[in-house]
Amino acid sequence: MAVMKATRDAFGETLVKLGEKYPEVVVLDADLAKSTKSEAFLKAFPDRFFEMGIAEANMIGTAAGLALAGKVSFACSFACFITGRFDQIRISVAYANANVRVVGSHAGVAIGEDGYSQMGLEDVALMRSLPGMVVMQPADDVETAAMMEYLCTHQGPAYLRTTRQKLERVNPEDYTYRFGKAVELRQGGTDAVIFATGGEVAFALHAAEALAKEGHQVGVVNVHTLKPLDTETILRLSEQARLVVTAEDHQVIGGLGSAVAETLAEAGLGRRLVRIGLQDVFGESGTPEQLLRHFQLDAEGIAAQVRGALQGV
Amino acid sequence: MASQSPASAEEVARLQRLSDRLRVDIIEMLHKAGSGHPGGSLSCIDLLTALYFSRLRHDPKAPLWAERDRLVLSKGHAVPAQYACMAEAGYFARELLPTLRQQGSTLQGHPVNTIMPGLEAPTGSLGQGLSVAQGMALASKLDGKPFHVWCVIGDGEAQEGQIWEAAMSAPKFELDTLTVILDYNGGQIDGHVKDVMDLEPVADKWRAFNWNVLTIDGHDMGAILGALDAAKAHKNQPTFIIANTVKGKGVSFMEGDIKWHGSTPDDAQTQKALTELRALVKEEA
Repeated sequence: MAVMKATRDAFGETLVKLGEKYPEVVVLDADLAKSTKSEAFLKAFPDRFFEMGIAEANMIGTAAGLALAGKVSFACSFACFITGRFDQIRISVAYANANVRVVGSHAGVAIGEDGYSQMGLEDVALMRSLPGMVVMQPADDVETAAMMEYLCTHQGPAYLRTTRQKLERVNPEDYTYRFGKAVELRQGGTDAVIFATGGEVAFALHAAEALAKEGHQVGVVNVHTLKPLDTETILRLSEQARLVVTAEDHQVIGGLGSAVAETLAEAGLGRRLVRIGLQDVFGESGTPEQLLRHFQLDAEGIAAQVRGALQGV
Repeated sequence: MASQSPASAEEVARLQRLSDRLRVDIIEMLHKAGSGHPGGSLSCIDLLTALYFSRLRHDPKAPLWAERDRLVLSKGHAVPAQYACMAEAGYFARELLPTLRQQGSTLQGHPVNTIMPGLEAPTGSLGQGLSVAQGMALASKLDGKPFHVWCVIGDGEAQEGQIWEAAMSAPKFELDTLTVILDYNGGQIDGHVKDVMDLEPVADKWRAFNWNVLTIDGHDMGAILGALDAAKAHKNQPTFIIANTVKGKGVSFMEGDIKWHGSTPDDAQTQKALTELRALVKEEA
């Protein structure tokens, strides 16, 4: 039985461990500490936790000020709310080159019943557009912990995207995070290669297994760091495949799909590209399973889209 | 209660004369640049002079000294006033002043901390600097460091919602390491602040948010020094100093005229302004 854990849970537990190791780590939240799981840090280090109330703009600026005075600030809220304060992140964090870790939990339609207004679906597009901003999305709990450790010493701003729902572990327990290097989890993708991120990675692996039974050789790559993007790996594996696929629980505009399209086009690599994700539409209420199925983001949805596209290339 | 004895008459005169000399630099810089914000630079220069040349704990030769006081000019468009102070204090050579707003200059049109050591944060997208200053003050308190954080905001800027988010949060953290100075010159781009979006009763509002509120004439050097000392000595609350100022202060044809918020003087106007200011400095000598 695969290990299942929400990356937000891994985030909360790891914060406490890192808080012990790095005294400069401070955490801020905006009345969602129980949901983002930053509450674990509050219990362990009450002096280094700042409850800012429902005032995200002020939280981001405060996190920047703490960082500019020598701290490493983790500023937490839902992905949609925190990246919605775009200009505060743009000026007070990115332009300031402050060591703020903007943490957006509740990414994607898989949050379920709360509906679109609570879903982070444009956050990667926003954060990716800012000069110097690192954009990360772990695929499971061990990757979350490894990335966070990296972020305690990284110089400059970063965005970390976590999920509400449990994700199936895809990495070994002794996983080592390599900054900006995508991980080829399933090799031999001569028919298609799927570049997936976050919760879509496990679904892409299951889709590839199903397609293999039908005779299709499909590779899967975990693009955990969306910026800086590992263009070398993306181009190398795309060249070996007939079809290139991206999978993300995010709008295809501005997210991983766009990033891979830019990479292929700039290199002049002519491959058919299928971008799986939200197709310029709003999310809605439903169970996570229903929504992942509806938007064709689950393993069956990915397999169907890859299968269909392979017939045309 | 003031932590220092009241400023001497000599100290007040020295700072006032220096401030009026820096007004000359501001006009010269803005005339050379051909764009920028004279009104709000001239309204806050007395405040900045009192800080830079008397009360700010800093070392221009070691701008990143960990225990320095932080000065965040949240109304970033007034940065010519800050550059004039910084050049005078020795942060950089005076020869840089005429490069204001030119491509490749470290003297950007609005403050940028990453390219000019001594500037604490990028500001100018209004409403943001106070939150950043608050974060710095929290760090000071958390680490038991001796530094104080001074944040200058504009009156038009106080229309931003984020200012009021910070107004709510700083007293919650009992941030006595933070002092905000409101440059209340009464003007903004579209008109008088009271017509565009009135702040009044501004003292009552900040008092209701649990700040220690002081009101002064922002061009009375003795009053400025007294308020800075009182703010630093006050415990368990952040202080909000309402500095009543005049937009364009020191140049007769700019004073109180909101058209000088964001337009610069032509050659003849510059000559007239410089003649007035130099006469003033001479008189004060």
